[in-house]
Amino acid sequence: MSWVIQLGASTLDNIRSFGRAFLMLTGALIALPQLKNVRLTLQQIYVVGVQSLLIIMVSGLFIGMVMALQGYTILVGYGAEGSLGPMVALSLLRELGPVVTALLFAGRAGSALTAEIGLMKATEQLSSLEMMAVDPLRRVVAPRVWAGIISMPMLALIFSAIGILGGHLVGVDWLGVDSGSYWSIMQATVDWNKDVVNGILKSIVFAIVVTWIAIFKGYDAVPTSEGISQATTQTVVYSSLAVLGLDFVLTALMFGIN
Amino acid sequence: MNTRKTELMVGFFVILTVAATLLLAMKVVNQGFSNNESSYTLYAKFDNIGGLKTRSAVKVGGVTVGRVESIYLDPEDFNPVVVLSVSQQYDNFPDTSSVAILTSGLLGEQYIGFQPGFAFDDFVTLADGDYIQDTKSALVLEDLIGQFLFSRDSE
Repeated sequence: MSWVIQLGASTLDNIRSFGRAFLMLTGALIALPQLKNVRLTLQQIYVVGVQSLLIIMVSGLFIGMVMALQGYTILVGYGAEGSLGPMVALSLLRELGPVVTALLFAGRAGSALTAEIGLMKATEQLSSLEMMAVDPLRRVVAPRVWAGIISMPMLALIFSAIGILGGHLVGVDWLGVDSGSYWSIMQATVDWNKDVVNGILKSIVFAIVVTWIAIFKGYDAVPTSEGISQATTQTVVYSSLAVLGLDFVLTALMFGIN
Repeated sequence: MNTRKTELMVGFFVILTVAATLLLAMKVVNQGFSNNESSYTLYAKFDNIGGLKTRSAVKVGGVTVGRVESIYLDPEDFNPVVVLSVSQQYDNFPDTSSVAILTSGLLGEQYIGFQPGFAFDDFVTLADGDYIQDTKSALVLEDLIGQFLFSRDSE
């Protein structure tokens, strides 16, 4: 009988924490935008977006280069190395751009968000804000959520663009695929609405999920050093799993049947 | 971190994003014949369309003048009908024009090769909704091999 009780308890626990997460998000986002908060959001875009730029650009470059190298060795066997361009571009725009950006973002920025907000909670900065009649949801949480949602699609676009240039670097400049066919077959295959816009939509969904998990885990962390370390780990694990799972669902919806 | 430097860096971030989007929009994405351009519709009935797909190109001498809008089966004689959407820019093809389903390269995509007919003094141009009478179907490799074997057998 005891395991039934345990199951029930953990189910209730999950539902409660989901409810708390939802309340946190609505409390943070359903508020009139203030000029002061725009400034704060800008500051957070710097922390979450600009400081992630380097890792995103470097990984984009290398992933594009590796894909061109691998794709070339396979395609050249069929004499179809002209299709290297669309292969690199489509896989970057549709899958790797949004997904790898989200994974890196979870590791680079999500964990930092969790640790920051968790520590604010542990050192009772959040309670102090409340004592001063400043809503921590609007002052601390909202700018970070918006910054995450704004930054990640931008990072994903930069990732894809740099990856395609990296593919060009290896495929054309090193392995000798014709530059004209790299670009022109890519242009003939890639569609703006179907590929680029869907990739951006994907990365907006990932951005919401990753920032939400990161901030809620920090906001809901047990305010001890152990609790914060656990929350940070959970952020990375949960957001990575959520991104990969959601990616399958979104891909099936966007590209699955027609 | 002072505010001005932050704002500067965020500005650079935005510029970089715009540059990436421009690269994708200008160099990566298909910017040829799009549906926004004004176009007119032609129909062509084939026996076999092979691997032709919607959005395949319609080419005159290698120049893309339109796209395949849709493909459906005529419910009466069970022949596939291909709906072509041709740019309004090219609106004076004679009605003696013919279309064939061709393949680019050995393993490439299939497209519609449009062969304009002779323009006589009093020729009639193809207009919106017209059927193109003269069509050549796609070559199906199996049929070709079958014919070859059959002709060898009969020798």
